Amino acid sequence: MSTAVMTFLLICSSVTMVKALAAIQDGNSKRMCMFLGCTILGGVIFLIMQYFEWTHLIHEGMGLTQNPWGASQFGTTFFMTTGFHGCHVFAGICYLSAVLVKGLRGGYSRTNCSGVETLGLYWHFVDLVWILVFTFVYLI
Amino acid sequence: MDEAERRKEHLQDEHVTTLHPNYMGVFWWLLALTLLEVIFGSLRTGPSYPHIAKIVLLVSMAVGKAALVALYFMHLKFETRTLGIIAITPMILCAFFLFMLMPDSAMR
Repeated sequence: MSTAVMTFLLICSSVTMVKALAAIQDGNSKRMCMFLGCTILGGVIFLIMQYFEWTHLIHEGMGLTQNPWGASQFGTTFFMTTGFHGCHVFAGICYLSAVLVKGLRGGYSRTNCSGVETLGLYWHFVDLVWILVFTFVYLI
Repeated sequence: MDEAERRKEHLQDEHVTTLHPNYMGVFWWLLALTLLEVIFGSLRTGPSYPHIAKIVLLVSMAVGKAALVALYFMHLKFETRTLGIIAITPMILCAFFLFMLMPDSAMR
């Protein structure tokens, strides 16, 4: 259930990211910064939830080479896949923060927003990968 | 404002209109598909709901969601056909690797 909430969070953060880009394309820098802040918040909550999920599973006996509920390879697949994804979310939060700081300093405008667009592509791809991870690792 | 600047503004307007699809509509679709995935994923498989049907359903919904993100949020729908082909090419490679690994995983 918590992973469904995590998926929901990433989808919401993708929406706020696309809204941030739409805002700066309309020339509204303030609105862009607000939506970027919301996107960062979504990413941070996602990572906090992932931390609690990991610690819970480790306490239950799951590890990189062990899985008390079945094939040990699942532990490797689970931690490697979700771990690498989590690293990308963390990198995304750093990237979002850098763009937010530049945005607050007035570094983006209607005609100069390719930096926000590139960030958006990164963040949406992280979301896209999570959609597949959620299905293949958690549901199937 | 000279002619060149006016033209740039006009092009920017056209660009922005194309890039502002109904994002909230896409969001509701993604939310609905996620809920359906959770429901179908939690159902117990059996004679009336075979395991293969569950996998096909879940994978189809995940691919649908990924396509919505790529097409609307990443604006692939508004890009050139060549870029679409470039984006799809690694998927073919991904499917190839998946099918190559299947005999190995089926024997474990």
